[in-house]
Amino acid sequence: MEYEKQTEHKHHHVGYGTLILIWVALIALTSITVTIAGISLGSYTLFVALFIAAIKSSLVINIFMHIKFDEPIFKVFLIVSGFTLIVIFILTFSDFIYRG
Amino acid sequence: MANGAAAVAEKTFYEEGTSSRKGILGWLLSTDHKRIGLLYLGAVGSFFIVGVILGILMRLELIAPGKTIMEPQTYNAVFTLHGVIMIFLFIIPGIPAVFGNFFLPLQLGAKDVAFPRLNLLSWYIYIIGAILVLISLVLPGGPLDTGWTFYIPYSVRTGANVSLAIFAAFVLGFSSILTGLNFITTVHRMRAPGMGFFKMPLFVWATYATAWIQVIATPIIGITILLVILERVFGVGIFDPALGGDPILYQHLFWIYSHPAVYIMILPAMGVVSEIIPTFARRTIFGYKAIAISSLAIAFVGYLVWAHHMFVSGLSDTSAMIFSLLTFIVALPSGVKIFNWVATMYKGSIDPKPPFIWVMVFIFLFSIGGLTGLVLGSLATDVHLHDTYFVVAHFHYVMFGGTGTIFFAALFYWYPKMFGKMYSIKWANIAAALFFVAFNALYFPKFIMGYMGMPRRYYDYLPEFADLQLISTIGSWLMGITMIIIFWNLIHALLKGPKSKENPWGGVTLEWHTSSPPPLENFHVIPTVTHEPYDFSQLKEMKNYESD
Amino acid sequence: MSQTDHAHAAESHGHIHRDDIGSKMGMWLFLFTELLLFGGMFLIYAVYRYQYPDQFHIAGMELDTGIGTLNTIILLTSSLTVALSIAALQRKNKFLSVVLLLITIVLAFSFMINKYFEWGVKFEHGLYPGSETLLGKPNGEILFFGLYFIMTGLHGLHVVIGIIFLSIILAMIIKDKITFDNYVKLENSGLYWHLVDLIWIFLFPLFYLIQ
Repeated sequence: MEYEKQTEHKHHHVGYGTLILIWVALIALTSITVTIAGISLGSYTLFVALFIAAIKSSLVINIFMHIKFDEPIFKVFLIVSGFTLIVIFILTFSDFIYRG
Repeated sequence: MANGAAAVAEKTFYEEGTSSRKGILGWLLSTDHKRIGLLYLGAVGSFFIVGVILGILMRLELIAPGKTIMEPQTYNAVFTLHGVIMIFLFIIPGIPAVFGNFFLPLQLGAKDVAFPRLNLLSWYIYIIGAILVLISLVLPGGPLDTGWTFYIPYSVRTGANVSLAIFAAFVLGFSSILTGLNFITTVHRMRAPGMGFFKMPLFVWATYATAWIQVIATPIIGITILLVILERVFGVGIFDPALGGDPILYQHLFWIYSHPAVYIMILPAMGVVSEIIPTFARRTIFGYKAIAISSLAIAFVGYLVWAHHMFVSGLSDTSAMIFSLLTFIVALPSGVKIFNWVATMYKGSIDPKPPFIWVMVFIFLFSIGGLTGLVLGSLATDVHLHDTYFVVAHFHYVMFGGTGTIFFAALFYWYPKMFGKMYSIKWANIAAALFFVAFNALYFPKFIMGYMGMPRRYYDYLPEFADLQLISTIGSWLMGITMIIIFWNLIHALLKGPKSKENPWGGVTLEWHTSSPPPLENFHVIPTVTHEPYDFSQLKEMKNYESD
Repeated sequence: MSQTDHAHAAESHGHIHRDDIGSKMGMWLFLFTELLLFGGMFLIYAVYRYQYPDQFHIAGMELDTGIGTLNTIILLTSSLTVALSIAALQRKNKFLSVVLLLITIVLAFSFMINKYFEWGVKFEHGLYPGSETLLGKPNGEILFFGLYFIMTGLHGLHVVIGIIFLSIILAMIIKDKITFDNYVKLENSGLYWHLVDLIWIFLFPLFYLIQ
């Protein structure tokens, strides 16, 4: 049937090796973030923790969730949604930061 | 593009369903987007009538100072219920779920939406939500009395049935989300051959922008509602000042959804206007791309203005200024639309049929609503007018004068396509005229009363407001009569009306390229799009329109 | 997306129609709603952490970093196994796919068991919403624990839903309803499961690593 064409050529198969490599990276990042949390970095602690979480999530989204290989429009969708969320954060904080 | 398709005498979607079941089950289990659209029309229309009746009762209570027909607590429940029903059960699903369902696939040249079964599920979830609202009315504790905004801390303290009622709003939100994601996927995946994004009709653009708001904004109200319920059940303290919580944060979260939600309500209506004006002016729409993009712009900027509902609630001054500025910016894309519509009519050969007349009513009322929005959006005047009848009047001019009017315009425009019958043109025109008078009598006095300081939601008022309140109440009776005329006209046409022509108005978007009512899978032959969406030169080759 | 693609999607619509990209698009859109749902909670967290930094710090000490780390590793691993399960099915290795999916479900259960003990300890110490011990604490700590229970609870609920979905998918693979040339349902459940993991990636440092 015709649809087979459509589904076949669209799928980029990620190899076992790549997936396992990503997992190793994720575990490594987890141990880094736990270790760093033990050291006192003052106000940078939160920043570093969130930065590492962002790297981890981009690995999961790109490789595990396959968005790197899927339709480019999915990436656009993700950026729109993520951007909206960030704007909501900024605008809400425009209230709380400047409360007198 | 497919020729009229009149030649083939095939069964309509009324005669042939998606399942083999007959009668009522053939409708309740149907995954056909047209039948689901009509199921929504039945449900949404019924709740609209209930909402109107509640509104008329409220106006009757306010006809004179002091008690007239109901106790204060009943009045609180009535205005809350009026708001909840009109917002969550009528305007939000109104145009997208009824006309979006029916016409989105037709205008795209598709056989159905992307996920037909999910579509039916959305309708059931909507009905479950509606039933939960009704159950919450009769359970001990009494009906919700918080107003449709459910503001903390009252909504946590009151003994009324808040939890179930707002859970119903949660369920309705879920229905809205599923409809939204269905429509987005449909627009991306189901367009007919040749239909690029910039060949889509503007109603599709508007519905698409709306669908994005439905998907991205609704979850925020979902979590907020869950938190209020948790607060009532466990006393977590998230919004309770005694435990360190911040009630203003509740208002932020509530309006992060509910302000974009007013664009869920108005954007599809603007899309319908962009359909009706070219058809009756016989001119291609002026500034197609500007209108299409302005829908997305409204959807996005509409996201950034929520705190203009909170100017006097303790927001920081910096924040208030930012939000006031952003509020003014959101008026720009709306202005783009209005000017393009008017420009489309310029030098057109205008055929003032009922849908067009309703649109004229819309432009007048919506402009008043929009401009008074600027009065409320600027900080200094808002401090004076906040929580007065001025807000109520503004809101009804944009929502009822805007979306409500267009709901009727859309009904009159697409009625022949949906039902294959024609209503009385004369009575539709009379209804439009009466509507205009009734509407302004009902709501314009509220601008004046609000300016004089009459607070909203009050059960009683000072004697100096008596005359204006009386005019407003008389307006509500006229409005009731208008509604009876509209419904009578449409129902009478359904039962005894003459058969409609296939393309009575000479529309050229894809829904007019198939028979009326359309067959089960919409088109006898899937159309290939070669024309621009509002290219009226194709009327000649369409063969199904004869001018009268 | 190419033009032919659309033409194709429209043509093949009907009884034999199957649009895998469309299904995945629907799933992604659903995931965005989840993202925004949790986004609202993260916003509340951010506001209160901003207002009560020290008390969040003190309250965060009460949480067990060890159990949090263990659960992080469990979820990351389960994310790997579900991704591997898809890869295995793509390579027509049904047996491996089933085994990997089964491991995913087992890991999900062990996450919930850990969570059960973790919450259990909190309850033993009298730390739960509305408890006397908690209400005796400063406001910031009350909010911290309120958020902790709501956010990890909501996340736990998603884990449970994920277990249900994955089990249904498992049964469908075993019955050959999902096969190497028709596995978009498996992919979509995988996406959902990764989202559960993603949320946890942020919950973990925000609650367990404020030392």
